[in-house]
Amino acid sequence: MTEFLQQLLNGVLLGAIYALIALGYTMVYGVLRFINFAHSDVFMLGAFVAWYSVEKLGLPTQSIGGGLAALLLSMSVCAVLGVVIEKLAYKPLRQRSTLTVLITAIGVSLLIQNVAQNSRLGFGPNPRAFPALFPSQQLHFGALTVSTHQLVVLAVALSLLGLLYWIVHHTRTGTAMRALSFNATAASLVGINNDRIISFTFGLGSALAGAGGVLYAMNYPSIDPLMGTLPGLKAFVAAVLGGIGNLPGAALGGLLIGLVETFVSGTRLSTFRDAIAFGILIAILLFRPAGLLGKLKVEKV
Amino acid sequence: MAFPIAQRWLLASLILAGVASAVSGSIDPYFLDVVMGVGVSVVLASSLNLINGFTGQFSLGHAGFMAVGAYTSAMLTTVVAPRLGWNPVLLQWVFFPMSLIVAGLLAAVAGLAVGAPSLRLKGDYLAIVTLGFGEIIRVMLQNLDAVGGARGLTGVPTYTNLFWTFGTAALTVYTVWALLNSTHGRGFLAVADDEVAAEAMGLDTTRYKITAFGIGSFFAGLAGGLYAHLKGYLNPGGFSFDKSIEIVVMVILGGMGRHAGVVFAAILLTLLPEGLRELGSRSVPNPFGGAAWSLDWIKEMRMILYSLLLILLMLLRPQGLFHRSERRRRGT
Repeated sequence: MTEFLQQLLNGVLLGAIYALIALGYTMVYGVLRFINFAHSDVFMLGAFVAWYSVEKLGLPTQSIGGGLAALLLSMSVCAVLGVVIEKLAYKPLRQRSTLTVLITAIGVSLLIQNVAQNSRLGFGPNPRAFPALFPSQQLHFGALTVSTHQLVVLAVALSLLGLLYWIVHHTRTGTAMRALSFNATAASLVGINNDRIISFTFGLGSALAGAGGVLYAMNYPSIDPLMGTLPGLKAFVAAVLGGIGNLPGAALGGLLIGLVETFVSGTRLSTFRDAIAFGILIAILLFRPAGLLGKLKVEKV
Repeated sequence: MAFPIAQRWLLASLILAGVASAVSGSIDPYFLDVVMGVGVSVVLASSLNLINGFTGQFSLGHAGFMAVGAYTSAMLTTVVAPRLGWNPVLLQWVFFPMSLIVAGLLAAVAGLAVGAPSLRLKGDYLAIVTLGFGEIIRVMLQNLDAVGGARGLTGVPTYTNLFWTFGTAALTVYTVWALLNSTHGRGFLAVADDEVAAEAMGLDTTRYKITAFGIGSFFAGLAGGLYAHLKGYLNPGGFSFDKSIEIVVMVILGGMGRHAGVVFAAILLTLLPEGLRELGSRSVPNPFGGAAWSLDWIKEMRMILYSLLLILLMLLRPQGLFHRSERRRRGT
């Protein structure tokens, strides 16, 4: 029972991180209808910005203030980066086919990875140890062991999810985002500046990915330029699983993938855990082709 | 369409491949390795072109089918072949092609297994499911100790030569070309152009999509077999998502649904990294006198250049390098 609870907790933590990344995928899909492959690299950069802010800028480790500052810094850097990527690479392609944009996204992803792996321009290919940003301590609740880092991950992830929900549903910009994803032409007809909203969406999604990167690195404290690939793919799977373009769906999908992956890791099948996410995806899409919460569009002729 | 011309081309390519392979002993081994790599890429790109380009089913799992073929044929030649007690010539010229065909068939079975259930899905969903299948195949291989697991499979005999690579490449290009130019093959284009309209005209779109997946994966399996016996070593990591992307990029740069363009793109993209590496070991004379400028930086920058090139191409020429015009849709 204790072990079950422990695994449940680990699963929820991992799931919350996946949910943060998945939300970025799903939001971008909502407004632009394409898969932003560079998202997983923004996630990686998030972790590296936090690393730099501690190792080079000298933010204190093991402190709540320093940790939050590092988190905010990497979220802001990632947000700016997301907007820049959108302006430079995706905006000129607005009227082009989805496929063109998709390949460009793959190109951007490769570019970020390769620059990051280059020792002169980027971080170099070797993994680095990620510092303990927040005070780390093991807390015991009965037989259950929880580290303060895990609590921080949970708290940050939940508050960001809440914040996102509030932005999307209770602000004018959020309303505009929803309008845009519902019908882009109609949205611009009622006076919404589509380009601005798209940039905002990229910034928001990238900030979440950056936060996800920092939280992920806190849980698995070794970072390298290719660390984003697998979590990125799984988060993407989570977004599709929940129904791409659907925000609660992405959160649900992330949670589901995180939980299943953690429980599978605890069994003899642990080496298969990277395949599990895809297995679930295929199984679910076969029965619900639009994802768990997605609505199937009927094609009109 | 003039079939005999294409058949003559096929024959000519096969003879050329045979002649080239006969004199291959005198060719620099590094160069030979690169050239055969090009042949494997042509097979991969042309077969994916059938699925992605002509039938319009965006697949991101081609490396998975390639892996199935690579491991199947490698297991046949490393485990089964030694027990037959055949002599090496017989092994290379009879057993190896047989193992390739088995590899292709198994890859085709895998392709059908992916194609059949995925047909309910469209666009991005199909892309992600094929990606998922590719990754599942990779993880399976990583966990199968019988095929070396994560350590990889070593000691694969290097049976691949110029004849087999270019023979297969010619056969692939010919098959895809002939298929598309047959009455039956027009159906693939119809599915890509407008699925609803194709269905309304009475085409069995499902059958076309499954056929495309089956045939495309068959050739991917052949390419995998060739690749295995070219490198002599297999590693599940070599068949990751990145490999699939590499093949997709070839198809897109060549112009989706262009026969020759995709072949050119496959050749170009396989040679480009090698060319950049070669360029990196040279130096240019300094126009201001003094020491020559080393081009060493190109070596470490070549992957960055590759990705930059990809982005620029998509921004400036998204229809692909070799795409002349939308000839197919002229009538509309």
